Amino acid sequence: MRVTVNGETHSLPDETTVEDLTRHLHVEGRIALEINREVVPRSRWTAHPLREGDAIEIVRAIGGG
Amino acid sequence: MAGDPLVIAGRSYTSRLLVGTGKYQDLEQTRDAIEASGAEIVTVALRRTNIGQDPDAPNLLDVLSPDDYTILPNTAGCYSAEDAIRVCRLARELLGGHRLVKLEVLGDKRTLYPDVAQTLSAAETLIAEDFEVMVYTNDDPITAKRLAEIGCVAVMPLAAPIGSGRGIRNPDNLKIILEEATTPILVDAGVGIASDAAIAMELGCDGVLMNTAIAEAGDPVQMARAMCLAVEAGRLAWRSGRMPERRFASSSSPTEGTLT
Repeated sequence: MRVTVNGETHSLPDETTVEDLTRHLHVEGRIALEINREVVPRSRWTAHPLREGDAIEIVRAIGGG
Repeated sequence: MAGDPLVIAGRSYTSRLLVGTGKYQDLEQTRDAIEASGAEIVTVALRRTNIGQDPDAPNLLDVLSPDDYTILPNTAGCYSAEDAIRVCRLARELLGGHRLVKLEVLGDKRTLYPDVAQTLSAAETLIAEDFEVMVYTNDDPITAKRLAEIGCVAVMPLAAPIGSGRGIRNPDNLKIILEEATTPILVDAGVGIASDAAIAMELGCDGVLMNTAIAEAGDPVQMARAMCLAVEAGRLAWRSGRMPERRFASSSSPTEGTLT
């Protein structure tokens, strides 16, 4: 299936969960994640399957005013 | 200052200087400047993670631990209520249920002035979702009052445009806002140099939030210390009550007993 992560298209095997994705991308640290504009809490990552066309945003804290 | 805490959303802070973490050369300079500022509340931005980046690269939150600082996630860069609300929800997730946020909904890129209608709308939604909202706004007393009425925990008018370093451009409006305040009022944006911060505090502001004035100084760590002292000096001066102004001189030494 194809999803977008931070605006870029990624091809992933079927039945990939959010947890699988963050491991695959090596982004497991201090991050938060939303799919199709809804936050997916970390506690649900292992149970949350990705679907074709999902738009995923992964954010972190950086310096800002 | 001990005995004169800044209270925001029921929590007490000794320092009345809040600082941003943007525009520094590196994380080490960020950490050193923020330490020198004495600030207890520090703003951070949320941005997309760089996919493919070294996963062991130091993270801002490793340098400025939420155990040591009150992290204030900021919606800077948002131009709609919807985007600002998304950022706050992500911040709450990122920081493990954290409720305190800085709401900033901008109107345009040239002035970075707030979009007041979008700001009010976002604030209402966030408050309904149990966020504690510290809100960036313009220096309009009516808007400031309205934001306090709907439940913002601090109202933060600009003194001059963000990053401009132009100082306290409209003290008259700040005074009106302060006279009618029912929440802490902090100057957010526009401070350029230590005296600007002191002036804001001498007007009676509850605190000052700044970033560029420190980060873009020749020596950010030293300027951070200067700002710490200026905020404290301004606060002490305001609490002391200034002397009356006169048009003509008033001798400091006794006029009696002078040699004839």
